[in-house]
Amino acid sequence: MEKMSHMDPNTVVVEMKEIVKRFGNFTANDHINLKVHKGEVHAILGENGAGKSTLMNVLYGLYKPTEGDIYINGEKTDIHSPKHAIELGIGMVHQHFMLIQPFTVTDNIILGVEPRKGIVVDKKLARQKVLEISEKYGMAVDPDAKIEDISVGMQQRVEILKVLYRGADTLILDEPTASLTPQEIDELMEIIKNLTADGKSIILITHKLKEIKACADNCTIIRLGKYIDTVKVGEVTENDLAAMMVGRNVNFKVEKKEQEAGKLALSIKDLHAKDYRGVEILKGLSLDVHEGEIVGLAGVDGNGQTELVEILTGLKKAESGEITMAGTDIFNKTPKETFEAGVSSIPADRQKHGLVLEFSVADNLILQHFEEAPFSKNGILSKKAIADNASQLVEKYDIRPPHCENRPAKTLSGGNQQKVIIAREVTNDKELLIAVNPTRGLDVGAIEFVHKYIVEQRNKGRAILLVSFELDEIMSLSDRIEVIFDGQITGSVSGKDANEKELGFLMAGGKNHE
Amino acid sequence: MNKKTSILHSNFLYTIIAILIGFIIGAIFLVWAGVSPMEAYFKILDSVISKPKNIITTLAYAAPVILTGLSVAFSFRTGVFNIGAEGQFVVGTLAAALIGIFVDVPAVIHIPLCIIAAAAAGALWSLVCGVMKVKRGIHEVLSFIMFNWIAYYLSNYVVNIEGVKKESGGEATKDLLDSARLIVDGNNCAIFIAVVLAVITWVIIEKTTLGYKLKAVGFNKFSAQYAGIDSGKSILTALAISGALAGIGGAVQVMGMGGRVAQFASQEGYGFEGITVALIGASNPLGVIFAGIFYGAMKFGGSKLTMIHAPSEIINIIMGCVVIFIAIAHVFKALFLSIGKKKEAN
Amino acid sequence: MDMLITNLGILINAALIATPPLLFAALGSCFSERSGVVNIGIEGMMTIGAVTGAITALTTGNGLLAFLCGGLAGALFGLIHAIVCVSLHADQTIAGTAINFIGPGIAVFLCRILYNSSDTPAIDASAKLPKLFDGMFKSGSFAYNVFSVYIMAYLVFVVAWICWFVFYKTRFGTHLRACGEHPEACESLGIDVYKVRYICVILSGFLAGLGGAFVTLATVSQFRPTVIVGQGFIAIAAVIFGKFSPEGALKGCLIFGICNGVKSLATQSNIISVNIISMIPYVVTIIALIAFVGRANAPAANGKPYIKSR
Repeated sequence: MEKMSHMDPNTVVVEMKEIVKRFGNFTANDHINLKVHKGEVHAILGENGAGKSTLMNVLYGLYKPTEGDIYINGEKTDIHSPKHAIELGIGMVHQHFMLIQPFTVTDNIILGVEPRKGIVVDKKLARQKVLEISEKYGMAVDPDAKIEDISVGMQQRVEILKVLYRGADTLILDEPTASLTPQEIDELMEIIKNLTADGKSIILITHKLKEIKACADNCTIIRLGKYIDTVKVGEVTENDLAAMMVGRNVNFKVEKKEQEAGKLALSIKDLHAKDYRGVEILKGLSLDVHEGEIVGLAGVDGNGQTELVEILTGLKKAESGEITMAGTDIFNKTPKETFEAGVSSIPADRQKHGLVLEFSVADNLILQHFEEAPFSKNGILSKKAIADNASQLVEKYDIRPPHCENRPAKTLSGGNQQKVIIAREVTNDKELLIAVNPTRGLDVGAIEFVHKYIVEQRNKGRAILLVSFELDEIMSLSDRIEVIFDGQITGSVSGKDANEKELGFLMAGGKNHE
Repeated sequence: MNKKTSILHSNFLYTIIAILIGFIIGAIFLVWAGVSPMEAYFKILDSVISKPKNIITTLAYAAPVILTGLSVAFSFRTGVFNIGAEGQFVVGTLAAALIGIFVDVPAVIHIPLCIIAAAAAGALWSLVCGVMKVKRGIHEVLSFIMFNWIAYYLSNYVVNIEGVKKESGGEATKDLLDSARLIVDGNNCAIFIAVVLAVITWVIIEKTTLGYKLKAVGFNKFSAQYAGIDSGKSILTALAISGALAGIGGAVQVMGMGGRVAQFASQEGYGFEGITVALIGASNPLGVIFAGIFYGAMKFGGSKLTMIHAPSEIINIIMGCVVIFIAIAHVFKALFLSIGKKKEAN
Repeated sequence: MDMLITNLGILINAALIATPPLLFAALGSCFSERSGVVNIGIEGMMTIGAVTGAITALTTGNGLLAFLCGGLAGALFGLIHAIVCVSLHADQTIAGTAINFIGPGIAVFLCRILYNSSDTPAIDASAKLPKLFDGMFKSGSFAYNVFSVYIMAYLVFVVAWICWFVFYKTRFGTHLRACGEHPEACESLGIDVYKVRYICVILSGFLAGLGGAFVTLATVSQFRPTVIVGQGFIAIAAVIFGKFSPEGALKGCLIFGICNGVKSLATQSNIISVNIISMIPYVVTIIALIAFVGRANAPAANGKPYIKSR
């Protein structure tokens, strides 16, 4: 992508000096500096938990800094609330969208600053203003659609419009590409360009190096709450940035030995299914996964992946089709039956589907097996067997803090929660492992861990179906990549030959030109 | 963690604090009513423990609320809110009474028969709401409230049916046969049933795969489903058990205390008292035993307050305050822990 | 024909008297629930409104003032609920349960110290709520039954319309609905979630208090411990039935009101047991739910304490 800077190096709009933020004994930000110019895209790079979000919450008035000063347009300012930040021209687009699901796009954009006619909210005027701004920056939205009915990409545009509607000059974008498709990411980059051309400044929080290279002018790196450096993006490589972020050299490549795929494990033929609204979402999908191979299912969210996984794990009923697992029919069977037929899974939402957060780690580790020996006998649980199993797995999988068997799962970090699930599912030792976005929200160390175990399972001859919205992940792990679009498999690429452009093309509905 | 901080972490401490504050607020009201709080509280205590007979009566008061308390506690632990214990209690009373009046068998058979009938009636009453929740997504709080009232009028209807109604005087059923009464040597022994059931409930929740399953569904339906647990069936099982406990509560009330079912003028409130008992007992079946006895003592002792011209409603005010302060126990906990920490630092 | 009209009059009359307490309380409940605070203490708030209304009427002889005081007493309990649930993040169901003990407890307690009985004396007709077109129609006639009920029995429908207007047309209504769905989003846009919820919970107490006061100042003419029992819960049921919206709650309350009218007619005919007839509203609600309404989706953040970060 062609890069063009609109940065005005003589006008500093936001300056944060020596910011310290402590929560009790924990120091989330330790003397951090940041200087943002007019028209600049300034990236803040750091791993999950490095303190990026905390810093931005300080700037946005959600947290009060323990020490340090903030200057807005050269003036020292104490930002005491989000409202105040908005008044100062700072707007924030949160990673987890802050949208009211049953409200319309317009209602969400104007929330808190509704134009009024008498005591009545002037919806007509609001709608008109929303359309004006969306046209000005090239962000197409349907002002009357409800949030729950629109795509993730459009939801993000709504978030950005919300900030612009309030007249923001500095926009904080927190991990804006986390759930976007390659095409949507391109669109976002275009929007960012339009904004900076108009003199807006962008603070981009991310851990994706490619995006920083693509659009940022400068990059400030934070590690473990500490300020590392601010660099000009044009003068460093991706590897330099990665090393600064992690504090060591990172190996992006996943080590994987050559291996022939074995016999057929999972076979799906002509699968049809409806989504929760009764609209057909799977339209004759067919897919095979063999033993000893990782099949990556690439696709934009909402093309039927969720439903497919729900059907395979027995949570949802399909309309028609055939599904067999190592020869056993598992079409429209219960979760228990599919599990017994050899399907195990790492669910997309580990907190919602993978764990009972209030249960101890030990209890979570037997979620599918509590009714079997040795964990219970005649309906009575064996605490000793459960504890032994737990202490063994906690040690083997390095689930931290050490000896956390009896802690509620909710007290663990995201990465360690994921380790609990992996420990459980890998121990299940089923023929098929379905992994859905297995590294979402994890830091580099945890990602390496997860990838290592997935590859290890493949090497042991297990069949793996990897469903992920992270194209990088799909490309680095898969032996074969299948692209899902509009409820069908629209293309198949060998893992070795895959390139991002072609996959992006297929994911957007293009056809394989073989 | 040293001993002192572990006390500061224990919920028991904050329950005691809540109870103390409840009594202090009650005292303010008593002073307003022109009654000496010391005198009133002494009267409550005295009426409960002065004679062995009174202790037995207190325990007789406690038995039904222990059971409705267990019912609510069980529902809390399994992720549903049984606000319908009231109705299940009423149908339990009715079932036990009908069997107690019309089936003439020896006590060894009669008593279990009445209790099973009451449990079945309570379970069924609760299950209907459960099925509506699972199959049609109908908010259980709503259907429970409706079923409380349907039970109420059903009971009043049955009480007035010719043949069930007492022949002379009063709008009530005939008396239960002696073989169906929980009375031994003139003493009400319903409390034993309550305690045994509390222990059984505790075992189910803490020690069995059934308890594990129901709790898993209660905490996180989706994860439980993902792991192969049938969540709909689990919810129904939990509601049935909860309803059965409330139904048995009704049985021990009529088989112990009442001896017959009278026409209601307003809802009796055992189900709602069960909510309070469950909360004070921290939804732990064993805690519920003590909470229920405490409540029984307050109810029985409170009823004697009129003897010193003190309004007995003070009991409701005190219990309500206790519940409020249990609800904000975490505020006290945070406060005490921070004080504790500061002291340690010094 | 005459018979039919007379009966229709009796039915409407009974419905007009039975609906207002439920509807006031239900509208209050909508505010609280939609802003994200579960309020099962409606029952207790109604009771305290009922007793305060009765006592004020007995002491001042002014029915309207008494009605207002009933609302204010309910609002005071709303404030307690708000402090405990919003500021102190208590479990909202537990707090509501407590209110349901304290409200009736204090109500009867007040009667005891003031009147040395669990009931208040009867309220004189002049100290009750005024009636519409008082004395214009012949007692017992259709017109009397339909047009000469207590003014508040008609005004409550205006109040329902106002609530609907506030909910969907004004800024505050938008904010309160947003707070019940996604408080973090509201806070990030500078909406004070605590303030909105405080207002809504206090308002819910106020309206519940009015509902309670209607009972003592119109329907019953005195306070007895049993005057409210259960009505608060029925109001909550009507709100769930109406999917947490004022217009839906109105429908729910009308079902109860009309069933109550049918009940008073049927009671007169004396064919079926009054107890069986009394079940009608509840059974009808259940059937309506199964047949037409189905799943009631509560506001996403309902019942979850919101803790401000900073």
